[in-house]
Amino acid sequence: MQLFLEQVLNGLQFGMTLLLMASGLTLVFGIMSLINLAHGSLFMVGAYVGATIVARSDSFLLGALGGMAAAAVAGMLIELLVMRRLYRHDHLDQVLATFGLILFFNELVRLVWGRQPLGMDLPAWLAGSVEILAGVPYPQFRLAVIAVGLLVIGLLYLLIMRTRLGMRIRAGAADRETIGALGINIRLLYTIVFSLGACLAGLAGVMAAPFLAVESGMGENILILTFVVIVIGGIGSIKGAVVSALLIGVADTLGRAYLPVLARLWLDPASASNLGAALASMLIYLLMAIVLAVRPQGLFGSYHA
Amino acid sequence: MKWQTACFAALALLGLGGPLQAQPVKIGMVTTLSTPGGYLGDDIRKGFELAIRHGGGKLGGVEVELLVEDDGLNPGAARQTVTRMIQRDGVRILTGVVFSNVAMATVPQALREGVFYISPNAGPAQLAGKGCHPNYFNVAYQNDNFDEAMGQYVSDQGYDNVFLLAPNYPAGRDHLAGFKRFYRGKVAAEVYTQLGQTDFAAEIAQIRAAKPGAVFFFLPGGMGINFTKQYAQAGLAESIPLFGPTFSFDNTLVNAVGDAALGVFNTAQWSADLDNPANRRFVADYIEAYGRLPTLYAAQGYDAAQLIGSALQATGGDLSDPTAFRAALREARFESVRGKFRFGANQHPIQDVYVRKVVRGEDGKLANVIVAKVFEDHVDAYAAECKLD
Repeated sequence: MQLFLEQVLNGLQFGMTLLLMASGLTLVFGIMSLINLAHGSLFMVGAYVGATIVARSDSFLLGALGGMAAAAVAGMLIELLVMRRLYRHDHLDQVLATFGLILFFNELVRLVWGRQPLGMDLPAWLAGSVEILAGVPYPQFRLAVIAVGLLVIGLLYLLIMRTRLGMRIRAGAADRETIGALGINIRLLYTIVFSLGACLAGLAGVMAAPFLAVESGMGENILILTFVVIVIGGIGSIKGAVVSALLIGVADTLGRAYLPVLARLWLDPASASNLGAALASMLIYLLMAIVLAVRPQGLFGSYHA
Repeated sequence: MKWQTACFAALALLGLGGPLQAQPVKIGMVTTLSTPGGYLGDDIRKGFELAIRHGGGKLGGVEVELLVEDDGLNPGAARQTVTRMIQRDGVRILTGVVFSNVAMATVPQALREGVFYISPNAGPAQLAGKGCHPNYFNVAYQNDNFDEAMGQYVSDQGYDNVFLLAPNYPAGRDHLAGFKRFYRGKVAAEVYTQLGQTDFAAEIAQIRAAKPGAVFFFLPGGMGINFTKQYAQAGLAESIPLFGPTFSFDNTLVNAVGDAALGVFNTAQWSADLDNPANRRFVADYIEAYGRLPTLYAAQGYDAAQLIGSALQATGGDLSDPTAFRAALREARFESVRGKFRFGANQHPIQDVYVRKVVRGEDGKLANVIVAKVFEDHVDAYAAECKLD
């Protein structure tokens, strides 16, 4: 039972990282109708800049702020220099252009930081573990990731539901042409939304850096999962992104932990661990297929994109 | 006169010019320089280039030209590059391959074209056993060597309940099989992760619950870094020690892992602190040239160059007689940075394997030091299947 609770917590923590990525991507996708494969590169930029600042200054907070700022600036530049030219093109052109950006950023970090992966050490106040249940020490940093995720959910809620900017973002998601016709500076709105998404991706990168290898191409693994999250949640829906990120995080973690065990009930250990591992890696895609079959627009999606 | 010149030109193009040729011997290096695994090929190249520099632009006293291409960790693209190097550039000696899947796509192809292939890293079982070839030499290791050594060492240390962890792909299974070949105790559990997995919380919780005496894991590259960091953060590193082949713990990678790597045991056939004249010179000059400790891969690149140099010296740079060149390669008459070195019947190394431990050096950086020699003159498990001659 304790093990199960620990695994659920692990799943929530993994879901929070996905959430930080997915909320930005879904905003960009939903409001700007733009497929941005380079979102993973912004994650990588956040991790690299964050790790560098932490190594120089020994301050995790400074590193987190720096990583977010760097990703936001990179996002703004991408929007101004590349994306502006792509809004009127179809999705295939966007996919090609942003795929090119992935290659560009991977090579760029290789030039700047070299081929060797970087590491980021945790500050002492986050490095230890606390006993959340009797006999189960849980790493403080993973709890911190959950806390940051909750904080971001709260702030995003306030921003989207309680501010004028949020109202415009929602309006933009619902009907882009009309709010343009109402005299709202849609170009500025797009730049802001894109940078906000980039900033969240950068934050995800910084929060992932202490337990991941900071290396060129690190964004691609998480990018695929992020797309699964926003497709399940419904494109453009922040609420959908939150629910589906947590769902995917928990399902993936529990699948990896328990499917091989379950398979052992019917099969001999060797083929059980094979089948279990194979099923576990398919699980979230199966989940996506089921959701798409039952609700093609995603759990919370509306049908406009 | 004209037809004579033309004849000589044609002969030189075919690489048949003999000792008379003024052209340097071309060595093709198709290695992995991009993708996250790119640092491996980069180190192999740096080691190789250092050996050429030690020879004053020559290997074995023979002028050489090193052609380097990236394989992008893509077997198909690597195959095209190899074919191009052989057919367009007239390369007769190839080296560089890092990953076994790329090796399986390129090595047999190159051998069919009659080229000599010196593997500076990848050592898949197929090429060591049934698929061995008179023109294929592996100067690094057979893939299972380090796992076998760890199986032996972990058993010798009295651990009899070990948790096994590897990615769910053929090499992952091979490495665990290598471990079990020499491990005598009980397997607490055998868990396969996804390839390229980033978060290992679920597996770490399983390890905690299984309470094994030790963990043996094969997670190459970034996966190993991620796992080791998360394992230390979970507070398990003190109670359940980690053992594995060296792939995630070479001298530069441990500094990416940071303190979490301290105390991890890993097996390799080389270490920067091996005390022999060739290695002392290699390590010192490498640090001077590139500003950091060499890795295992750099050492293998250096030895690959030295091996080629020894054969070039014996034949005077003449590749027109493959039998003589092959015989010279088989002799392996060079000062390996590993100390002693010789080839077995399948032209893979017969060598010592060491257990190393990650410690903090005097300069504050993490590095590996040798703890024990596990195998003396170890022969790989597939040598008997190889029928050369």
